[in-house]
Amino acid sequence: MPVPDPLGARPQAPLKVGLQAHRTGIGAVYGKWYERTARAAVQVINAGGGIAGRPVALIIEDDGTDPRRGIEVVEKLALQHRVDFIFGTLFSNVVLASAPRAGELRIPYLVVSEGYHVASGKLNRWTFQAGITDVRAQVTAVAPWIVENLGKRIAMIFPDYAFGYDHRDFFGAAARRLGAEIVAQVPIPPTETSFTKYFPRLPRDVDVIYHVMVGPGVLTFVRELGEYFGSRRPQLFGFIDSLEGVDLASPGLEYLEGSYLWEALPRYAGQYDTPWERQYREAVGVDANGASREDPRDVSTYSHMFGVWETLFVIKEVVEKSGYRGPQDYRAFIETLEGIERFEEGLAHPQGPKRFVGQIHQVFAQQFISRVVGGKLEVVHRTRIEESLYPPEADYTTQPL
Amino acid sequence: MTGQLALALLEGTVSSLLLALTAVGLSLTFGVMRIVNIAHGEFFMLGAVLAWAITAATGSFLVAVVVAPLGVAGLAVLIDALALRPVRYAPDATIVITLGWLYILQQLTLLLYGPEARAVAPPLLGTVSLPWFGYSRYKLLVAAVAACLLGGVWWLVRGTTLGLLMRATQQDAEIAQAFAVPVPRVYRGAFALGAALAAVAGVLVVPVQQAHYLMGLDALLLSFMVVILGGLGNLRGTLAASFVIGYLDAGVSIFFTPTLARLLASLLVALALVVRGGGLFGEARA
Repeated sequence: MPVPDPLGARPQAPLKVGLQAHRTGIGAVYGKWYERTARAAVQVINAGGGIAGRPVALIIEDDGTDPRRGIEVVEKLALQHRVDFIFGTLFSNVVLASAPRAGELRIPYLVVSEGYHVASGKLNRWTFQAGITDVRAQVTAVAPWIVENLGKRIAMIFPDYAFGYDHRDFFGAAARRLGAEIVAQVPIPPTETSFTKYFPRLPRDVDVIYHVMVGPGVLTFVRELGEYFGSRRPQLFGFIDSLEGVDLASPGLEYLEGSYLWEALPRYAGQYDTPWERQYREAVGVDANGASREDPRDVSTYSHMFGVWETLFVIKEVVEKSGYRGPQDYRAFIETLEGIERFEEGLAHPQGPKRFVGQIHQVFAQQFISRVVGGKLEVVHRTRIEESLYPPEADYTTQPL
Repeated sequence: MTGQLALALLEGTVSSLLLALTAVGLSLTFGVMRIVNIAHGEFFMLGAVLAWAITAATGSFLVAVVVAPLGVAGLAVLIDALALRPVRYAPDATIVITLGWLYILQQLTLLLYGPEARAVAPPLLGTVSLPWFGYSRYKLLVAAVAACLLGGVWWLVRGTTLGLLMRATQQDAEIAQAFAVPVPRVYRGAFALGAALAAVAGVLVVPVQQAHYLMGLDALLLSFMVVILGGLGNLRGTLAASFVIGYLDAGVSIFFTPTLARLLASLLVALALVVRGGGLFGEARA
C-alpha cells in the first residue's frame, strides 16, 4: 500500500531491499528462518509507517548456498530488481564470492554471516556486518570463562574451511594468552558423515573438548563422541551453530546433558527476559522452546536470525538519518553508518545493545553461555560487549567511494 | 596403537559393508541394463528419509526397514516405465534422464520433507566397551544385516533362475530375448532391486547419521568409485572394491587424515583405470 508523501500528495515508491537467501543447498535450514525473520521485520517496519515514510518491499532470491550463484543473485537483485540494498547472506563462501561483485556494482551489501571476513578488511567499503557479531569477537568474549571454569587443557574440533579457521586461530590465541594449552586441533571436512575416526587424535586426558560443527552431521558427531568417550567424558564446550535448527531433545543428543554451548540469543524463552525479546519472538512466530509456533519440530536458528531483523532496522535508522532517497545517496548512507557508534537495545535490537566500529564495518554485542539441563538450555553467563572487542586491523573508511 | 588399529578395523568393516550394499545396486543396474544411473544416490537418500517418516508415523524402525525399500523399489519401477523404457535404455539418453531424476527427487524431498537433518533413535542402544574406547552396538548390527543382505544378493544372482535370467541378459540381451528371456521384466526387476538395495543402506544408516535431502550425492560418488575400481557390472569386483575403499578410508583417516584418505582412494581409482581399463576384476579393455 503506498504511503502518502509528507510533502505532497504523490504516493511514495517503495524502498526495495533484496534478501540473498540460502533457500536450497547446505544452508537451507538457516535460509528458511532468515526469510521468515526478514518478512516479520518488514511487516513490523511497514506497520509502523515504513522507512522514512516509504513502504519497504522485500525481494528474495535463492543462491543455493553456492558462491557462483551468489554472484548471480547479487547481479540480479542490483540490475534487474534494482533494489536499494542487498542483505542477509550467511555462508562465508557465498559472502566472500558475492561481496566483491556488490562492490563493483556499487550497492551496499549487509551480511549476517558471523565470519571474520568483514572485520578483517578483506572485503570492501560497500560490505557491512551490522546485525551480528563475528567469530573473533564471540570467541574472545567466551575464552576467559572457558579457561576459568572448564579447564586449561583444550582440544578443538572445527570445520575444515574459513569459518573453522577463524575459531582455530582466534580461540587458540585467546586461550593461550590466558594460560591454557591447546593440546589438539582437529579440522573436519564439511561433507563428513562419520566422525569416530577423528577421535583417536583427541588425547584422553584433555579437560575440555571445544567443538564447532556445521551441517547435517552434528547429531552423528555428538552420538559418536558419546559412544567413544562413554562416561569418562571431558567437559564439552560447543557453539550452538552446530545445533541450530535441531531439537535439543533429539535422540542421540542426551550426551550433551550438562555440557555448555555458546548462544548469541538464548533459544528458550525467559533466559534473556526483556520486553523486546518477547515482542521479537512473537513477531517471528517462535514458541518458548525456540521452534515454530505452527510446528514444534520446526526448530529455529535463533542465535543467528535476529541478525537479519537487526540489519533491517539498521537500514531503517541509517536511511532516515542520512536522508537517503535513492542510489545517488549511497555515499551519505555509507558515511552515516560508518559514523554510528552504538545501537540502543529495543525492538530494533532485541538481542541487546550494540557497539559499532565503523572502521571495520563490524558490530559488537553481548554473548551468552548456556548449559544443557534437562534437554533445554539455561543461561549461566553473559559476557559484556567490551569483552568481545579487539583492536581493529583494517580501515575501510579510507577506501575511495 | 592397538586401539587405533581396532578402531580402523571396526570402522572399515562397517563402512565397507554399507558401501557394498549401495554400490552393488549401482553395479547391478549397469551390468544388466547397461545404463549409468546417476539418480542412484537419491534412492539411498529416499530410503533414509522414508525411514524417518515411517518411524515417526508408526513408531517402529522395523516397519521402516521393510516398507521403505519396497516403496523405493516401487518408485524405481515407475521411473523405469515412465522414463527409461520409452528411450529403449539408450546409454546417453539414460544418463541425462537419470540426472534429471536426481534433481526431481532431491527437490521434491526438499519441498515435502524440508532442509533439516532428522535423526531416528537406533533400535539397539548401548555400546560395546573395548579396552580403548566404546563402540556402538547398533553399528555392529548394521554390519551383520548388511553382510546377510549381500549374501542374499549373491545367492540370488548366482543360485536362482532369476539370477540366471539376469546374467543371460547381461551377457547379450538380444540373444537372451531370442531364447525367451523376458528382457523387459528382467530390466525392471534389476532396476527395482538396485534401488531397493540402495534404499536399505539408507535406512540402516539413518540411526547412525541422519536423514538429509543432500545425502545422496556422497553415496553416489563413493558408489561410482567402487564400481569403477571393481569393474563395471562385476559383482565380485564390486564387493572386493568396497572393502578396498572402506578399509583404506578408515585406516588412512585414523592414522593420517581423512582428506588424504579420499585423495588416495581417488588416485587408486584413476590408477586402476589407467593400468587395467576394466577395473580390478573387469575384463581388461585397455
